[in-house]
Amino acid sequence: MHPSDLQDVEITLFREALRMRHGYDFSGYAPASFKRRVLALQAAVGAGSLTQLIERLLHEEGFVREVIARLSVPVSEMFRDPRVFGLLRSEVMPVLATWPVINVWQAGCAHGEEVYSLAIVLRECGLYDRAHIFATDFSDEALTRAEEGIYPLHDARTYSDNYLKAGGTGSLSDWFIARYQRIKLDESLRRRVTFANHNLVSDGVFGEMQLIVCRNVLIYFGDELQDRALRLFRDSLVHGGFLCLGSKESLAYTAVDQDFERLAPGSPIYRRVIRAP
Amino acid sequence: MRRRRYEAVVIAASTGGIEALRAVLRAVDPRIAAPVVIVQHTASENAQALCDVLAAGSAIPVVEAESRQPLVNGCAYLAPPGYHLLVEPGPRAALSMDEKVCHVRPSADVLFTSAADVWRGGLIGIVLTGANEDGAAGMAAIRSRRGLAVVQKPEEAEMREMPEATLRRAGADHVLSLQEIGPLLNRLLCR
Ligand SMILES: C[S@@+](CC[C@H](N)C(=O)[O-])C[C@H]1O[C@@H](n2cnc3c(N)ncnc32)[C@H](O)[C@@H]1O
Repeated sequence: MHPSDLQDVEITLFREALRMRHGYDFSGYAPASFKRRVLALQAAVGAGSLTQLIERLLHEEGFVREVIARLSVPVSEMFRDPRVFGLLRSEVMPVLATWPVINVWQAGCAHGEEVYSLAIVLRECGLYDRAHIFATDFSDEALTRAEEGIYPLHDARTYSDNYLKAGGTGSLSDWFIARYQRIKLDESLRRRVTFANHNLVSDGVFGEMQLIVCRNVLIYFGDELQDRALRLFRDSLVHGGFLCLGSKESLAYTAVDQDFERLAPGSPIYRRVIRAP
Repeated sequence: MRRRRYEAVVIAASTGGIEALRAVLRAVDPRIAAPVVIVQHTASENAQALCDVLAAGSAIPVVEAESRQPLVNGCAYLAPPGYHLLVEPGPRAALSMDEKVCHVRPSADVLFTSAADVWRGGLIGIVLTGANEDGAAGMAAIRSRRGLAVVQKPEEAEMREMPEATLRRAGADHVLSLQEIGPLLNRLLCR
């Protein structure tokens, strides 16, 4: 058997172990990128084989947190895709302003880069005090990092460029302090943020949201799991609420395509519509 | 009748790659019975512009690969900037935002390795000019599946590091000049 096919066998067993022992179900994930994650996990923890990984997963107390942290892909940026954050600012915020409360759900928040980006946009638009941001991820490790809001200094330049391209009205450095080789986001940005563990595979609807931002998470899901997550988003949104996906994600060919309208051609921002039957 | 052996092509290109890709695509026969999946490292965010440049003069269409898109014969797919492009059973495209590999995203190693899992011995891998080592590990994966390895002649490449790294790590079945690559594909992939 080719070693890579053997790895596929081990990955199937690993997936089962993770599900039966710890309740995490990855069966709906896109297989090729999941395989990469598991192999990266193996390398990072220095396991000789995937089978050894299964052994540790079953018997080692607390190992699962690290496993989930490494299977999760907490790769992000502040204001990544400035065009999209620009649209959120110029097109979505004015509509949000018409609601008495503004509930925002950021699903798959990684280390919080987009949470603080959204908080800044809401602040600069004068909507923050009416807003509540629910930032969720299925990795506790990622959530802990997101709450800290600390990023490497050498990323600040990219973040600042992104912020300006996205229509930022001040300077991003107004919102963080730089210390040693790191930046720390202003704590006041966290005042109306709730960080919570939520797994898009198994958990349910999340309140009455005006805006849901879930970017670069669905690319990791197979079709069925993507449909599940999208139904969840649809059912969590108020009529007229917004859904913002990643720049390479769209609702075309999904179960909820009919329930949304695109904000602008080519943009990954959608609006929930109720159509007459 | 001889069974056609190969069914897909993956190409890695970096510095100097756009001209090299154009030279290859210009010579490809539109009846080619394989999808052509490409990683070109670029600092630009504008994939459409890059597709247009590559499509001009190419006999087959060149499109930016989309998440979940079926990969069909006679079409070239380009990895979107900032995302890894993987192949899944179908065959179809999948994207990921995982960490960079070999300091790049998209990475040819990621594309080649996943494509080798799907197409196995039916895959042709091509490494063109570039100034890093991306594609070498991926080509080793292709060869381990008995796929075909084609490398641009290092002395002819604008940047020889990438072809050389591939030859060191994986070896090759053919070391060719750009003008020879298209015709080879046509021979192997046109009925
Ligand atoms: C690539 S990051 C995207 C970060 C950010 N939204 C962006 O686009 O820059 C993907 C995130 O999705 C999270 N994730 C993956 N599967 C998940 C699931 N089933 N439920 C909740 N979050 C998940 C990962 O933990 C990771 O933080």
